[in-house]
Amino acid sequence: MYALVDCNNFYVSCERLFRPDLRHRPVVVLSNNDGCVVARSPEAKALGIGMAVPHFQVRGIIERNNVVVFSSNYTLYADISARVMTILDAMTPAMEVYSIDEAFLHLPDEHAQLQQRLQFGHKVRERLLQWLRIPVCVGIAPTKTLAKLANGAAKRDVACGGVVDLCDPLQRQQLFRQTPVGEVWGVGRRTQAKLQVMGICSVADLAGSSPEKIRRRFSVNLQRTVYELNGQPCFTLESSPVNKQQIMCSRSFAQRITAFEDLREAVCTYTARAAEKLREQGQSAHQVTVFIRTGTHNATERHYSNSGQRRLDFPSNDTLALVHAATSALQSIWRSGYRYAKAGVMLTDLCSEGEVQRGLFDATSAQQHRPALMQAVDAINNSGKGRVWFGGQGIKEDWRMKRAHMSPAYTTRWEDIPTVT
Amino acid sequence: MPTLEAGALEVFSQVLNADSPHCSIPMFADHVEAGFPSPAQDYVDQKMDLNELCIRHPAATFFVRVSGDSMLEGGIHDGDVLIVDGALQARHGDIVIACLDDSLTVKRLELQPETRLVPMNKAYQPIPIHPDVGTTIVGVVTNVIHSLR
Repeated sequence: MYALVDCNNFYVSCERLFRPDLRHRPVVVLSNNDGCVVARSPEAKALGIGMAVPHFQVRGIIERNNVVVFSSNYTLYADISARVMTILDAMTPAMEVYSIDEAFLHLPDEHAQLQQRLQFGHKVRERLLQWLRIPVCVGIAPTKTLAKLANGAAKRDVACGGVVDLCDPLQRQQLFRQTPVGEVWGVGRRTQAKLQVMGICSVADLAGSSPEKIRRRFSVNLQRTVYELNGQPCFTLESSPVNKQQIMCSRSFAQRITAFEDLREAVCTYTARAAEKLREQGQSAHQVTVFIRTGTHNATERHYSNSGQRRLDFPSNDTLALVHAATSALQSIWRSGYRYAKAGVMLTDLCSEGEVQRGLFDATSAQQHRPALMQAVDAINNSGKGRVWFGGQGIKEDWRMKRAHMSPAYTTRWEDIPTVT
Repeated sequence: MPTLEAGALEVFSQVLNADSPHCSIPMFADHVEAGFPSPAQDYVDQKMDLNELCIRHPAATFFVRVSGDSMLEGGIHDGDVLIVDGALQARHGDIVIACLDDSLTVKRLELQPETRLVPMNKAYQPIPIHPDVGTTIVGVVTNVIHSLR
């Protein structure tokens, strides 16, 4: 039995924690570089501010309605997220942190009765509300896919008090008929379009499809989804229909970049950050993709966007090897005379560190010491005492993000702790 | 018989008392340091951590800084840092952080005879909390960090 705990408008909830004045005001949080709306309070949703719309498109609504705008404060969100996860961890025998604001919990075995399951869900909700003042919804079901749907239902239907249990197949049928197939975990936009062509429009249609047929037309993962919708668990903790097999690090620049040197610095920095994430997960990447582009909203500028790949001889999580590949990929796509607005690095074809096959001739003495070097770099950078980085990343970092509406790091910096009177 | 010190004699007498032509003497294979062993040796990795003393629920604990003198008689001064535990259920008489109007405030919570937030400074008036409106309690203040210099 699984419970999916998902924080409501998580970034907005974090911004409101120490700002009682924002309780009933419309609040939005913008993405990196203040580009798009990534979180909205219910009041902001009611004003018609859509998800992921560019900031400038809703500037009018924001000004007319006195909407409070925040830049993403990932330091704050990451700290509150870690607290949420710690509290949840103490309430369950096993859990999977699925994203910054979602976790799958294994429901303890003694929760056989509906009443006990609902009680558990409410206990989770109440604890996070009292301890952290973070509101969440809980979806409970025998499979992860159903728990996701139950959570969506809990979010939409206020009357259920934030907890929905979908263990009863009869009760599922009604929800299935009303819910479009695109809401199912792992069904992306393209799959949804293909399913609709086949006449599979609602969740009920997909749940009633032949699993064999679905596997032949789509994938084994979608077949598993069909089983999961029928209450047969296929995805355990740490496994999912969504491919998490990539690590991405991309940002828009505060100001346009025209010089190759500056762009290279940015790409090296993103690569270093992505490599750090890779090592955190204990993985290595075989392929590095770099992409760059000019602005897209300005009609007077000349547009250019391109991406380049490099395949490493052997999967690696060595920052130097990855930076080398990324720089080479960047050189192949760089065109002078453009004003670049964004760059990104993606590491793909990941495998766990232990699976890496080494070549017969690649164990030079310098490379043998690389893991130790990387460990030392990560240890210094995680210690909070200072940072070390590779020469290619540069020192000035002029291109850094624009974050005009940043809130304080209330919980992680002494200078920023909230004031009480 | 060579002279032995009192303590050593006791050990020897135990070994020798065994009614046997052979006597076995325990051998200590450990090497012996010449010199005085540090009495702190066994305790080197036990450092005292203030967090342990002050924080019971790390995931629910926040720090806030005091501004103003409304809690002076409670030993809470302007500029002090308070440790706030959100996991504790606020009881009558607790010092709490509450959302009041549009800001955060530190006051003493009274639940009887009526719910109110009481400043600990005679220059200020208690603030009644209407049962219908209520107020959000952020947490209970467990410690005051007051710098003396």
